Amino acid sequence: MNKFTTFLFVLICASVSLFAQDIDSIHFLIPGGAGGGWDGTARGTGEALVGSGLIDSASYENMSGGGGGTAIGYLIRTGRRQQGTLMVNSTPIITRSITKVFPYSFEDLTPIASTIGDYGTLVVHPDSKFSDFSDLISSVKRDPSSVTIGGGSVFGDLDHLVAATTFNAAGVSPKEISYAAYDAGGKALTGLLSGEIDVLATGLGEALELSRNGQVRILGITASERLEDAPEIPTFKEQGADAYFVNWRGFFGPPDLSSSKVREYQNVLKEMYSTDEWEVVRKRNGWVNIYQPGAEFVAFLKEQETEIRKLRSILGLSD
Amino acid sequence: MVEGILSGLQEAFTGLNILMVIVGCFAGTFIGMLPGLGPISAIALMIPITYGFPPATALILMAGVYYGAVFGGSTSSILINAPGVSSTVATTFDGYPMSQKGYAGRALAIAAYCSFTGGTVGAVFLLIAAPLLAQLALTFQSSDYFALMLMGLTAISAFTSKETVFKSILMAVFGIMLSTIGTDLASGVQRFTFGSIHLVDGLSFIMIVMAIFALSESLLGILRSDNSAKDAADAISTQKISSLRLGKGTLKKLIPTMLRSSVLGFFVGVLPGAGATIASFLAYGVEQNLASPEDKKEFGKGSPIGLAAPETANNAASSGSFVPLLTLGIPGSGTTAVILGALISYGIQPGPRLFVEQPAIFWSVIVSMYIGNLILLVLNLPLIPFISRLLMIKKEILVPLILFFSLIGVYLVSFNNVDIFFMVGLAILAVFLNFASFPLPPLILGFILGGPLEENLRRALIINKGSFSFLWERPISLTLFILTLFFLFLPFIRRLIAFLRQRVKN
Repeated sequence: MNKFTTFLFVLICASVSLFAQDIDSIHFLIPGGAGGGWDGTARGTGEALVGSGLIDSASYENMSGGGGGTAIGYLIRTGRRQQGTLMVNSTPIITRSITKVFPYSFEDLTPIASTIGDYGTLVVHPDSKFSDFSDLISSVKRDPSSVTIGGGSVFGDLDHLVAATTFNAAGVSPKEISYAAYDAGGKALTGLLSGEIDVLATGLGEALELSRNGQVRILGITASERLEDAPEIPTFKEQGADAYFVNWRGFFGPPDLSSSKVREYQNVLKEMYSTDEWEVVRKRNGWVNIYQPGAEFVAFLKEQETEIRKLRSILGLSD
Repeated sequence: MVEGILSGLQEAFTGLNILMVIVGCFAGTFIGMLPGLGPISAIALMIPITYGFPPATALILMAGVYYGAVFGGSTSSILINAPGVSSTVATTFDGYPMSQKGYAGRALAIAAYCSFTGGTVGAVFLLIAAPLLAQLALTFQSSDYFALMLMGLTAISAFTSKETVFKSILMAVFGIMLSTIGTDLASGVQRFTFGSIHLVDGLSFIMIVMAIFALSESLLGILRSDNSAKDAADAISTQKISSLRLGKGTLKKLIPTMLRSSVLGFFVGVLPGAGATIASFLAYGVEQNLASPEDKKEFGKGSPIGLAAPETANNAASSGSFVPLLTLGIPGSGTTAVILGALISYGIQPGPRLFVEQPAIFWSVIVSMYIGNLILLVLNLPLIPFISRLLMIKKEILVPLILFFSLIGVYLVSFNNVDIFFMVGLAILAVFLNFASFPLPPLILGFILGGPLEENLRRALIINKGSFSFLWERPISLTLFILTLFFLFLPFIRRLIAFLRQRVKN
């Protein structure tokens, strides 16, 4: 009988460990159409998770509309049967909730973790008259109207906020500086090269390649310290402007997701970073790992929300 | 540059891509043959299908569809006097009489050879012109873009046709109005969304194209009592299309016409707003003037020259219209507007930087045009007697098919059912506009240029600290504004000249 007991014990242990095993499949809800940043993030994450065997399968659902609001509303309404669903989102969930594009905010969902991010940067033409960041700031201080900043997002959104944060930290009122909005980063770059704007605010991911080709010169990044992947680029902080801004991407669960389930998702995402499959996906897309789970993520989101509200009021935007 | 061409060739000559261009040519020929459906609808219907493809493959398929649709339009013009689109209207002048005389096969062969020549010469010019213009385009600033787009919109209105100048301008303005729905880029404020979350992102381009072209045309097909299927059956059964041979003498005689029309067509095509329709009419007029007295008599009665000129010119113009698209990111015609929409949906932003940043894409577009042309000649021509039998398919089968593909196509891109409601509403509106003979391509161009037009103007104003001085301070802008004024007053100038001539005669 002893043998049988042992066998039974092993069996029980095995089944318990099976039950304790993390999620075996994830359904990704993408609040925009096929293609684009959200789509790439969800599909890249799914690819790495399935490829490395952390989960067995991943499925994807695109739902565009309302600047992402349609999908958020759907996840809230159908939350109870969406226990296996994760929605990808990024900084716009904050700006669009502030500007009331949709009547929801991240607090209506269960923040799981931020996974990747992109720091903001200011770049100039290689032959620009501004030799470095302090040079730019001193000319802006002399005559704010002499400098035009451009970026690939609407007034008061991402790229403009990058510029506003930086100038604000350097002691220049961002409201004084004219901002020319382009509808894509690529077009804004064309504007920089044709000489109609003096400085381009953009994400580091986009700027890094261009600077290595010698097409633009990077003045600094909105990170708190230099990056491992690009140690040659100075931060604004070390140049006297304590500016921090990161355009994050992360995942959210439906409201009232059980805390054990939240932990399982966080564990799976955390384990993903050490896999080769993720490294392939990350390198391909030029992403920077920024893992902030649960409470840390919520605190970060709240801080970013406050920061953006503050900047927008400085910019004279009433919300 | 040679490296670029080679990488483009390498991209194009994979098994999958060759297959795609063949599929595209057939699909395009078929859709282009259907009355009312032209390259715009054909390409729009392909966008959702090509969605998951690598960009180069998708573009190659598109090029096949494009050339196929232009050729298909000629086929229906020649066989049943039903031009699918305005650019093949001039083809009917001599093409249909030829087929009535029993030379349908010869007419189709001339059309195919001329399309090939026009397209190929056009593509060679494109190869030279595009990189040159891309260099120049790098100096373009917001005010110049604004001026160029304004000129394009004015030109398409001025050139559409004499009677409908005002209607074209109205449609272009209507397109611009539709484009203002959504979030305003310069201030982040929502406009004309009426508090609806579904309008925050604006109207989707693919939805609008599908609604006012594919969907409304198929609805019109039900309303119109046309007998095109029966006509086709008659034409195909009574005439021996299979005799596609041309005498050596005929082809030789056509060579000067083809070369002249290619060059003319290309340059007309480069002008934003002008495009294939004007090119085909111009080439027809030029050849009519240059023809010897005995050839002149033939015009309108089945002259090979009268068929060759518009067929060559409209294809050369199609290649030419890619120049502003690839180098400035500005579409000059309804068709290139749809192609721009397709490119953007693949994540490619055409503009001065495309040539530098994605040379493989840039060149594979150009190389794919050669291949599309070649496949059309080698495969489509011998098969056209069989393909044209598709014209005999009954409306009762075709219309539901087109309805199905256009509705599903829009849904597959956005996965948002509200788009379907908008689409149906717009399609019904387009049917009424069609009955009132409002031209619809200016609407598409107005819609796609409306956003950039406004953005560039406002950006130019921000950069110039609110002053309009860029209108006369930048030479490029100034030149373009003067041209715009010229196009705007062109109909009046024409009338004035006609009036003066009349007085001189009297």
